[in-house]
Amino acid sequence: MRIAVCAKQVPDPDIPPSQFKLSSSGRAVEPPRNVSPVINGFDLNAVEAAVRIKESADSDTEITVISVGHGFALDVMKRALATGADRLVLVDDPSAQDLDAAGTAQVLAATLSMHGPFDLVLCGRQASDWDQAHVPLFVAELMDIPCVTVARRIDIDGASATVERVVPDGYQVVEVALPALVTVSNELGEPRYPALKGIMAASRKQPEVHKLDELGLTDEQIAPMVELISLEIPQRQGRAEMIDGADDAEKGRNLAIRLRHERLI
Amino acid sequence: MSVILIAGETGQQGVTQQTLELVTAARSLAGDGGEVIAVFTGAQDAVAPALPADSVYLLKHEALGEKDSGTFDAATDVLSALASELDPDIILFARTDRGSVVAPRLAMRLRSAFARDCVAAAWDAGDVIVTRPVHGGNANARFRLAGKGPCVVMFRPGAHDAGAHDAGAHDPASSTTSSPELRNFDPAPHIRESRSKLLRTGQEQKEGVRLEDAEVVVSGGRGLGGPEPFTQLAELADLLGGAVGASRAACDAGWIDHSHQVGLTGKSVSPRLYLSFGISGASQHMAGCSSSRNIVAVNTDADASIFGDARFGVVGDWEKVLPAFISAVRDIS
Ligand SMILES: Cc1cc2nc3c(=O)[nH]c(=O)nc-3n(C[C@H](O)[C@H](O)[C@H](O)COP(=O)(O)OP(=O)(O)OC[C@H]3O[C@@H](n4cnc5c(N)ncnc54)[C@H](O)[C@@H]3O)c2cc1C
Ligand SMILES: Nc1ncnc2c1ncn2[C@@H]1O[C@H](COP(=O)(O)O)[C@@H](O)[C@H]1O
Repeated sequence: MRIAVCAKQVPDPDIPPSQFKLSSSGRAVEPPRNVSPVINGFDLNAVEAAVRIKESADSDTEITVISVGHGFALDVMKRALATGADRLVLVDDPSAQDLDAAGTAQVLAATLSMHGPFDLVLCGRQASDWDQAHVPLFVAELMDIPCVTVARRIDIDGASATVERVVPDGYQVVEVALPALVTVSNELGEPRYPALKGIMAASRKQPEVHKLDELGLTDEQIAPMVELISLEIPQRQGRAEMIDGADDAEKGRNLAIRLRHERLI
Repeated sequence: MSVILIAGETGQQGVTQQTLELVTAARSLAGDGGEVIAVFTGAQDAVAPALPADSVYLLKHEALGEKDSGTFDAATDVLSALASELDPDIILFARTDRGSVVAPRLAMRLRSAFARDCVAAAWDAGDVIVTRPVHGGNANARFRLAGKGPCVVMFRPGAHDAGAHDAGAHDPASSTTSSPELRNFDPAPHIRESRSKLLRTGQEQKEGVRLEDAEVVVSGGRGLGGPEPFTQLAELADLLGGAVGASRAACDAGWIDHSHQVGLTGKSVSPRLYLSFGISGASQHMAGCSSSRNIVAVNTDADASIFGDARFGVVGDWEKVLPAFISAVRDIS
């Protein structure tokens, strides 16, 4: 079985809101200094899903991780190799920064077909930079394969996959014919940490690197349709009115009185 | 003036709240003399719902509806075919489970520009400009949607008022406020053979008020330290006629089911009162509750980010604050 995982390098989303800054142009985000980028969290969940399938399969399973971007931190991207992926394919090109979601999907679909065919394509449910949650659906559409979103469990059964997907008030179990694309969510469970043995093995592997123009796409196919005009940091409430008291219990009582006074309870 | 197509949804109580919100957005984007068309796939009723739309399609087929959920392939096929025929200027979706799957696929099939989770959309010199939160809610971005064909816009729940059109925003003389024209379109020829099958649906058992509709939400985070405190939060929620929410950290820890998660990848709530205990206020959490009218934060850390979003704050240990608060609420009411 051949599995592809699409994984994006993003700025670390776990920074306090106060450290979030825009560049001087006001049209880009300035990653905080001294904070390394990370593999998008849900993409690590997708790698984990792939490795679990590999561990449970009788036959050979090969996992290829694919990423489109520029300015890759190789040690960051190699985390996927260190936790069980076999190959790393990077489309590393300065003009990757100009792609919109549709263009990114075109590049991913072309890369998938260049290195394919794959039985299963896994993605994260959304990337924590632009929160688009639609590149995977675009890729599925371009490849004309079915797409099941927000998975918390994937079981492979011959020519089909059984996927448990999270829905707002519970879950659904969906059987889907392969090849298919599945997006993975954090409900799948914590991705494993790389073990020393894995890190050593990963350090010996090199990524296969492509430029955009190796993929046979036309300019029209990757011309952006969605253009960023401006970015703005939203206004916040400001400092809350702090409720005091001699001890924490009294603060609790005073809070109730204050809220009552405002007719909020 | 423009033609706006709405991908509507129905639930147990008929047309959903989010669909009504889309109608409000559509009327304003359509402009004077514009046309609003709503399409429902897999609707139960044969009667056009009373909507301030000009026309309505009720598309029925055994492959649509519940059976289609999982991959929503049939809905995508049918809506693409209808959209190609009608060639509207904008196609609107709500950010529901179904919308999140169908809207992007439809956009790619039509080679249209797409924007998701928008809080606003407006015309600007022949293009549609949308506003949407990005980077987990740390910034708001404005995007211009170019490209050929209709653009596809998906709105965040609560971005528009569901009832604004009743207040005379739409001129009843110019069009149909209550009974849109029912139009026909045969979905059958467009539906391809399904590549997926819904095997089972698991419903989270819920009593009381739905989280999304609650006027009071009592939420807990990692600071609660375990599952037991959520019983106390439930008690308080009961007392106030509200619902229990949680941060992703609390859900990931297994202290409470993920269906209680509030935030960017959880539920969007906008209650009158949002009471939070042991939640730090990460932007991805606030993305789901920042439109609450009154946020209250209880946190041991005086520098917690959430005090910058809250109207009232208590620096204290929930273990002491919460029981005293609950008993005071009992005494007052
Ligand atoms: C793409 C993406 C999507 C996400 N989506 C969501 C989402 O939908 N919803 C969501 O919630 N998060 C989401 N997150 C995660 C989010 O970034 C935060 O990690 C999460 O919200 C933190 O939860 P928390 O506030 O409970 O935990 P923490 O950040 O660990 O905060 C715990 C707080 O409890 C306080 N505390 C500790 N002990 C006590 C005590 N005894 N009494 C009172 N206070 C105490 C601490 O001071 C601290 O402020 C998402 C993240 C990403 C990257
Ligand atoms: N540049 C990229 N390289 C690799 N995978 C990507 C890229 N952009 C998006 N993806 C995949 O698509 C998912 C959703 O991304 P998005 O639609 O941008 O929120 C991510 O979690 C990745 O799995």
